[in-house]
Order: sequence, then C-alpha cells, then structure tokens
Amino acid sequence: MSYIVEIENLTKDYEVGFWKKKKVRALDGLNLKVESNQIFGFLGGNGAGKTTTIKILMSLIFPTEGGAKILGEDITDVKMHASIGYCPENPYFYDYLTARELMNYFGELFGLDSAERKRRTEELLTKVGLDEKDWNKQLRKFSKGMQQRVGLAQSLINDPKIVFLDEPMSGLDPIGRREIRELIAELREQGKTVFMSTHILSDIEALCDNVAILRKGKLAATGKLDDLLTRGGERQIFEINVKGVSKERLQTLIADVPTAEIYAKPNGANIHVQDESDIEAVLRIIKPSGGKLVSIQPVKQSLEELFAKETG
Amino acid sequence: MNRIFVIARNAFREAVRDRVLYNLVVFVLLITASAVFLGELTAGHEARTIVNLGLSAMLVFGAFIAIFVGVSLVSKEIEKRTVYAVFSKPVGRGEFIIGKYLGLCLTLLVNVLIMGGGVSLALLYVGGYELAFSIWGSIALVFFELTILTAVAILFSSFSSPALSALLTFLIFIIGHFSASLRDFAENLGSGAAKVFFNAIYYVLPNLSHFSFITNAANGEAPPVSMLGGAFAYALVYAAILLSLTILVFSRRNFK
Repeated sequence: MSYIVEIENLTKDYEVGFWKKKKVRALDGLNLKVESNQIFGFLGGNGAGKTTTIKILMSLIFPTEGGAKILGEDITDVKMHASIGYCPENPYFYDYLTARELMNYFGELFGLDSAERKRRTEELLTKVGLDEKDWNKQLRKFSKGMQQRVGLAQSLINDPKIVFLDEPMSGLDPIGRREIRELIAELREQGKTVFMSTHILSDIEALCDNVAILRKGKLAATGKLDDLLTRGGERQIFEINVKGVSKERLQTLIADVPTAEIYAKPNGANIHVQDESDIEAVLRIIKPSGGKLVSIQPVKQSLEELFAKETG
Repeated sequence: MNRIFVIARNAFREAVRDRVLYNLVVFVLLITASAVFLGELTAGHEARTIVNLGLSAMLVFGAFIAIFVGVSLVSKEIEKRTVYAVFSKPVGRGEFIIGKYLGLCLTLLVNVLIMGGGVSLALLYVGGYELAFSIWGSIALVFFELTILTAVAILFSSFSSPALSALLTFLIFIIGHFSASLRDFAENLGSGAAKVFFNAIYYVLPNLSHFSFITNAANGEAPPVSMLGGAFAYALVYAAILLSLTILVFSRRNFK
C-alpha cells in the first residue's frame, strides 16, 4: 500500500537557554503513515508536538533524527511542494498586499499562468467566503477570521494533492467554522487528502476518517476514529434506558448486578452494564417492578473522553 | 529563476509601499535644493557644492536604506512568520535570499536614479551643464557600494538580531571607507600580530574606497571606464560571496 505521508522515527530537540546547552524534546521517535483521499486528524494537547511535526513536514524546521516522505518524495525536496498546500496556525501574510495580490503572488511562485491565477484566485476567495468587496483591501485591514480564510484559500491555489491545515478553524465564528468544515469535506470528495491538526473535537468527529493522537511528542494512538471510540480499551459499556422506575428503587432492585451503574433521568433512569449477560439480569428485574424498557445500546466513549485518556 | 524575480518584484513592491522610503528620497531632494541656495554663499562654486552635498546625501541616505531595509528584509519575514507560507511553496531558501536581495537592489537603483535626477536638475538650474551629466559615473559607483552594503546587512540579519545587524553593518560601512588607511597603518606597525590583524581586516572587509569619487566628481571629473568596470566586478564578486554565506547560514535555520 502506498502512503501519501510516511513519517519515520521523527525526533526533534529544541536547544534552549542562553548557551543553548539544554535540550527539550518536542518530538520523540514519531512513526506515522497516512493513506490518501481522507481527512486525517492530528490531535494532541498544547505542546504535544503537532505544530512541530507539521513544520518539519514543511521543511520550516529540521528534524534531529528521522525523516519523512510526502507523495513518496523526501521532505527536503522542495520540488515536491508543488503538489502540497499548507495553512499555518494563525496565518499572517504580507499586510501591504491585498487578498487578490497575495493569491496572485503565491500563484506565481507555483508557476501558474496569469489566466489560471486569476481564475483560481476568484474561485477560492469565493469558496472560503470572503466578500468580493474585500478582495482588493490590504491584508492589514483584515480581521483574524478573514486572515484565516485567506490562509485557507492560498493553501489551495496550486490545486494540491494534499493540504496541511494547522488549526484551520482558529479565529472563525460558528458560521465561518461551518463553511470551512464544508470546504474541507468537499476537498475529500475531490479526492484530496487533508492532514489537519485541531483542538476542536467536534470538528474531528464531524470530519475525520482517521486520527493520530500525540502525547508529549509520542504517538499515543492512531487508527480509524470509529475503532478508537468503540475500542473503549478495557471495557464495553451498554446503556439500558428504562422509564417508570426511579433511580432509588433501581438501586435496591439491581444491587445483585455488580457492574451496573445507575444514572437518574426524568421519569426513569439509564443503567450502564459491562456485560451482555448483565443486560438479561437487569431486564428480568425491571419488568416485574413496573419499569418499561425504552432502548438498549452500546455506548461509545466520546472523543473528549478518548482525548483526555490518551493525552492526560 | 522565475521565482527569484517574483520574490524580487514583491520585495520591491513592499519597499514602494513603505512611506519611510519616500520621506528619505524627499529629504535628499530637499538637501540638494538647499545646496542651490547654499552655493550662492560660495560664489562661483554653486555647482561644486551641489555635487558634494547632493552625492554625499545620496550615499548616506542610500546607506541608511540599505542597512535598515536590508536588515529587516529577512528578519521581518521570520518575526511575522510570513516565511511559513512562502517556504511551503516550491521555493528554495537560496532563491528567497537572492530574490529579496535583488528586490532591495532594484529599490536602491530607483532611489539613486530619483536622487541623481534631482542633483542633475539642480546643476542644470545653476548652469552646471557638464557636471549634470558627468556625475552619473559617480552615481553608479554609489549604487555599486550600496549593493555591497545590502549584502552585508542581509548576511548579518540571517543569524543575529536586527539591532545588532544594523550596528555591525554600519561599522563595516565606516571601516570599509578607511580600510586602505588601515593597511597603510599596518605597514607602519612594528608588531607582527597587529600587522596580520589589520591586513586581515583590509582583505576580508569590503574596500569601499573603490567607490569613492564624490570629490573628484565635484571637480568635474568622470570616473574612467576601467574604474567603473573594476568597481562593478568587485561589487558583483563581493556580493556573490556574501550572499553565498547568507544562503549557507539561512539554509540551516529553523523557523520556530
């Protein structure tokens, strides 16, 4: 199987202090492979090494050890950048340029001809939701959200095969976030790969096919989001939703089911059990006591729980 | 090659949209204009005063632009993180440095042409017709000198802070004008170590006296073609060496 991103033993030490003798390890032997045509979520707490990884992939900083390939080419080969896009975290561009001029400038760096640059500029600035009246304004007059939109537009000027987005929703209002989420989903439909780091877990849940979670510079977990959420690791939980019987009464009735945990809700309760055999035991008790079964379903751990567990 | 010109054009556009540069050019033109009136005080020497004052102001303010814009050319890009988006494009670090350098040289060329035009107009106004044309060789030498100074500023800014880079470049500008005197001083020294030290300075630092022709220009002399050719070649080779060193340093730099 060919991978669009292959990271091998990537390690980065930052030298700190006046004499730069002290070393802080930001990334520690990261191995990661990303398949094409998907949205890949790159998660981790502050200082986990997400931005460091993306910066190494963009050749903005150099690894202490290890290396990586994008589209089968070594990251040190800048020619490969012709097929990739990148939007940095909190992007900042030449503030003396207008949005149109910036897009044109970056288009020129990719060697696009004048007609293509104009077409792509107009198409992308429209797509990221930037009003046409703002296209000819200098970027110094742009809000953070508008800068973010321009950042996303410029990352797509060359119609890249893979685009790296570092916190792409940063600075956007809820409507802006929804628009950008739709744009990112559209990129996948076009057959592109999106490598996205974000703190916003709802965006990860809504968009990502696969994720990697970093903790203190190391890979804590990786895989399909659904698998990670249902894996639950140590235990599978089933939720039995009943009505017509209170939490207090249930506590005495099912005291013999050791794994059961009861949570009150209006007109009834939710009972969490860890074993399928416990489901039957609970059901046997509820019916005679006047309780009515509403539903039984396996409980996925939330991404927030997974995130807290893997990064905590 | 195309990317270098694209970056150079953008660096030029940045400078053109920076109002500080306009102020400097206007200031030099004002000094030149004031020289017309000052010249009246030195009866018969109006033209000479205009050339001396005009070209000196051109050199000093040109150096000011070369040092301060040259120093901020790269450091500002790093500080404001605009390099992040640039280097995610198929742009080599060498292409970036050369493009930025050429962009600033183009800015300096335009500034020098405007300032030179102002001096020539002032000369025509006071009847110094011959001088109005003969000074252009000397103006070319000023420009060549500024291209070296720009390369020095960019080299320092690739590894040190903007303030320190500006200070070091300014010192090179001063020492560069006296490097020939330093060598003469070294020859007269008894101590071997001092001799080696001053000779090293003479050979390593740019010898900017190759470009000094303002006093001669004020006397109506034009620099010979051989001097112009030699100065051009010297500036080209010296700037190429400095830019190569800058690229070497810049290519290893992490943008945290």
